[in-house]
Formats: sequence, C-alpha cells, structure tokens
Amino acid sequence: MTCDAPAAEPTVWRSYGTRRRSTRAVRVRVCAALVAVTVLAVLLVPPLAQLDQQAVDLAAKLRPPSWAHPFGTDDLGRDLLLRCVYGLRVSLLVGLVAALVAAVVGTAVGAAAGALGGWADRAVMRVVDTLSSVPHLLLGIFVVALFRPGVVPVAVSVASTHWLSTARIVRAEVLSLRSRPYIDAAVSGGASRRRVAVRHLLPAVAPQAAIAATLMVPHAMWHESALSFLGLGLPAHMASLGNLVQGARGSLLAGHWWPTLFPGLFIIVPTLAVAGLAGAWRERLNPRRRSELML
Amino acid sequence: MARLAGRRLLFAVPVLLVVTFGVFAIAAASPFDPVKAYAGTAALAADQETLDRLRDNLGADEPFTARWWEWLASASTGDLGRSAVMRQPVAQVIGERVVWSTLLCAVALVAAVVLGTVLGVLAARRPGSPLDRTVTSLSYTLEAAPAFWLGLLAVWLFALQLGVLPAGGLTDTASEQVTAGQVARHLVLPAGVLAVSQLPWFVLYVRQGVGDALAEDPVRGARARGLSERTVLLGHALRSGLLPVLTLIGSRVPELITGALLVETVFSWPGVAAATVEAATAVDFPLLAALTVLATAAVLAGNLLADLLYGLFDPRVKFRDM
Repeated sequence: MTCDAPAAEPTVWRSYGTRRRSTRAVRVRVCAALVAVTVLAVLLVPPLAQLDQQAVDLAAKLRPPSWAHPFGTDDLGRDLLLRCVYGLRVSLLVGLVAALVAAVVGTAVGAAAGALGGWADRAVMRVVDTLSSVPHLLLGIFVVALFRPGVVPVAVSVASTHWLSTARIVRAEVLSLRSRPYIDAAVSGGASRRRVAVRHLLPAVAPQAAIAATLMVPHAMWHESALSFLGLGLPAHMASLGNLVQGARGSLLAGHWWPTLFPGLFIIVPTLAVAGLAGAWRERLNPRRRSELML
Repeated sequence: MARLAGRRLLFAVPVLLVVTFGVFAIAAASPFDPVKAYAGTAALAADQETLDRLRDNLGADEPFTARWWEWLASASTGDLGRSAVMRQPVAQVIGERVVWSTLLCAVALVAAVVLGTVLGVLAARRPGSPLDRTVTSLSYTLEAAPAFWLGLLAVWLFALQLGVLPAGGLTDTASEQVTAGQVARHLVLPAGVLAVSQLPWFVLYVRQGVGDALAEDPVRGARARGLSERTVLLGHALRSGLLPVLTLIGSRVPELITGALLVETVFSWPGVAAATVEAATAVDFPLLAALTVLATAAVLAGNLLADLLYGLFDPRVKFRDM
C-alpha cells in the first residue's frame, strides 16, 4: 500500500519507473473496491441477511474458521463474521459522525482565524496549541470517564480532539490564499468580507478540508476502538470493533486467536483503503506533494 | 539556548494553567459528583446530613474556579490529593509508577529509532525495489493497526503458543522482589509492541529523508569524487536525511503516551498510563486530573527537546531566531 513515491530519482539508479506507474492505478482500484465493499457490507448486510448477530449457539462455541463460519465463532457461539460487520457498522457510524463534526468545526475555526487575522488569529491558534499539548486519547479518556456511558460522549470526545489538525490545515491554506491576486481583485472590486470568504476562500480550501475529513474517518474509528477496548467507550451491547477485541480477551488467553484477529483486520483494511484513496486524490490535486505521508 | 529554554518554560506555565482549568471546568460541566465518588458505596447507606457535611468539607458546592484555585495552591506544595482507587496519595502513586513508564517508553523509543533508521535506509537505497515495497507496505499496515490489537496478538504468539516470554506484569507472580533480570524479561513484549507501533513513522520519515538527500547535489558530488557507496549512503545521505527525524523525536511524545496507555493496559504494566486507565474507569478525579496534567507537561517537555535538538544538530539554526 505504498501511497507515496520519491519525487525525483537520480539517474545512476536502476529505474523501476514504468512498473510503479502501472501499479499505482491498480492500487487505487483495489482501494476503491475495498472501500466500496466495506460500505456495501455495512449498509446491506443488516437489512438483507436475515441473520441475528446476537444468536447464541453454545454447542458451537469457539469454533475455528470453517465454511459455515468463515471467521469462526466467539465464546457464546456467535458468528464472528456477522459480528465484525455489525461492529464495523457501529465503529464507522461513530467515526463518520465524529469526523463530520470535527471537519465542520475545524474548517469554521481555521477559516475564521485565517480570514480575520490579527489578534483573533493569534488567540485561536493559542487555543489550538494548548489543546494539542494534551495527548488526544488521554483527553478522550478524561471526557468519557466523566460523562459516560453512551455513544454521544465518545463521538464528542473524538470530535473535540480531531478538529485541531483540520483547523491548522485550513488556516494555513487561507493564509496562503489571502495574498493571491484574485482575492485582491475581489476586494478592490468592492466585495464584502463575507462575500470574499464564502465565494472565494471556502471553495478554494474545500478540497483540502475534504481530504482532511476523509482521512479523519479511519482515525476516529481507531480512537473509538481504543476507547471501547479500554472499557471506556460504547456500552457493551453496542458491539463495536473495540468492544469485540475487548470481549475476546478471555478467549485469547485460552488460546483462541480468531475472535481477536478478525475485528482488528476490520479496522486495518478500511483504514488502508481510505488512506490509499485520499493519497491518490491528494496527488491529483497537487502532484508536487506526492511524497507526503498519507496516514 | 538557555534563553530559548527559559522562554519555552515561561510559555509552558500558562498552558499548564489553562489545561488544569479546563480539567476542572469539564468536571464541573459533567454529571460527576465528588461526594458520591468520595463516599463510594457508603453513600447509599449514609443519611442526608452526613452527605451534606461531606459536601461542605469537600467544597463541592463552591464554584469550580474556587476548587481549581485550591487544587493549584495545594499542588504547589506537592499535595495532589488522595487517590481513592489506589488508596494512596496521588503524588505517591505517580512517584512509584512513573519510573516504570519512563523505562518502557525509553526502551521502546530507542528500539524504534534504531530499527526505523536501519529499515528506512535500506528502503531508501533502492526505491521501488522488492525490499522497499515490503518495508513500506508493512509500515503502512502497522501504522493502521491498533497497538492494543498488536499487543494481544503478541501475547498469544509469544506467551501462549511459544511460551518464551511472560504475558504481563512486572515480575513473576511467585517472586517477592523486583529483580533486574525479571523486569528485563517482562519488558521485552510491552516494549517490543510499543516500539513496533511507533516504528512506521520513523521508517517512513527516514526513508523519505534519506531518499530526498540521495537526490541532492552533495551526494552527486560525493559519487563524482568516487567515494564508496557506503560512505555516500552513511556519511552523506544519512547524515542530512536523519536530521529532521532526530529533531522530531521530541514531538513524538503524544503518540508515545497514546501507545503507552494501550500497551500498559494490555500487559498490566504498573506504569502511570495503566493507572490513568484505572483512574478513568473508577472515575478517580484527583488521580485522573494529576495524570492528565503530567502528560501535558511531558508533551511540552518533548516540544522543548525537539527545539533544542534542532539547534544542536543543525548549526544553521540560531536560537536567537526561534
């Protein structure tokens, strides 16, 4: 999943250039297919498949992966594939909501700071700096510990720690746009501050903000899983991927690896697929910044 | 340099003040009740008068700003309150545990830097080669993998299947004393998992830095002078390529703390990060507040370290300009 490529290669090296170009297209397609499969599975499996993820079958507990149960069964005999899909559904929902809130807040704050400038900008950026000196997961743990239990505290805590990076990106973008001639032209043409912001600045920063928001979804999912794993996330009946890993600890210590392995893979694969797509998108927007890290 | 350090420390004071204030403000806005937390299950049996007296003693009815100020005043004398879940003063909990967390993080960080540099240089030598592709894809996969999941799989493989390493704790359950040999054996898995979870960032950055440096003029000049590939790679490309990585080590403290929170919990490592999770689970506010502030202080110290290292390693940077 190499989403970056060195900018310029010295000629003394063996060149693998043509081969890499062909695999990039393949990679983007694979990533797109994986994202599509994930979204379809999450949307379609619950209404279409008349299967109960909570169906307990004690006679078939802790069966290793087989044709009947591709991912095996957990300690209550529940089918792990089905539980992973439902878990992904919960995790993805929390991730989407948190990322959306964070992206909107981050874009608004960053754009306001960049557009207003002066002391407002300095004050906002000081707040952002201060908030980012607290490790994200720790702030999340703190908020959830005091407000739990429930979905809302988890989503809020994840969102409240993730808007900082978006705010930084959008502010930097707005600052670089402010000195462009077309903004000067709009201002000297008599456009109001509001019009400049809405018609000229926001559309220009939208792609960057959208990429940041897209990349935030897997990150928010990761955070939700970590909180749930620590027992501070979603209530146990809302089986998210983190809850599944947490619930499988007993089985793991008894030597059964599959209830732990598969929920983790359900976090990794969508993360890589989304990161691959966002990386390709960013390359198209700005080919010179190809070599940046995408995760 | 001393001036820069001094200025950064001066900046750290207001940040820490704001963070402590925020901690108390969040607690005041939450449904958390200090009286119930203090009394625990005894609150169910106690009559209203006792609870009111307790509420009065704890100052729970005062505005949170007053409680914040009191906390600051007693914290400045070294009294951070008492932890209900650990049944110890908070300062003592931190004092006993911070050593183990520091040990874990330091070993993991050193392992990640060394291994990351080696893998990054190997990958940067021939971009696009099978080795580069393997290392890079593995890095992205590990970056996406949650640390707690890696830890659990490591327990399964090394402690349960192979039986070569202990699954958790600081010492064997039977032993009374903490010996260096036992700690070292118990340290391997948690430090290894923490290192692996930090590794991708170092690998990708070293690969990027060395790869870029290899395309620059000094390297071309060195090759033109007929220097050996080894000298070019290690003496020229690595030296300039490693610079951004070394200077950014300090800014990895937040990720290290995040990793430690998960890894210490998985391996029952008796550090401050595991204590944070326990404090959060039991809603032990004094301990949680102190540990949040401690982590913030660690992050600020890391940022200072990054600035200082940058000036030390890169003679072009003048501290006066920073």
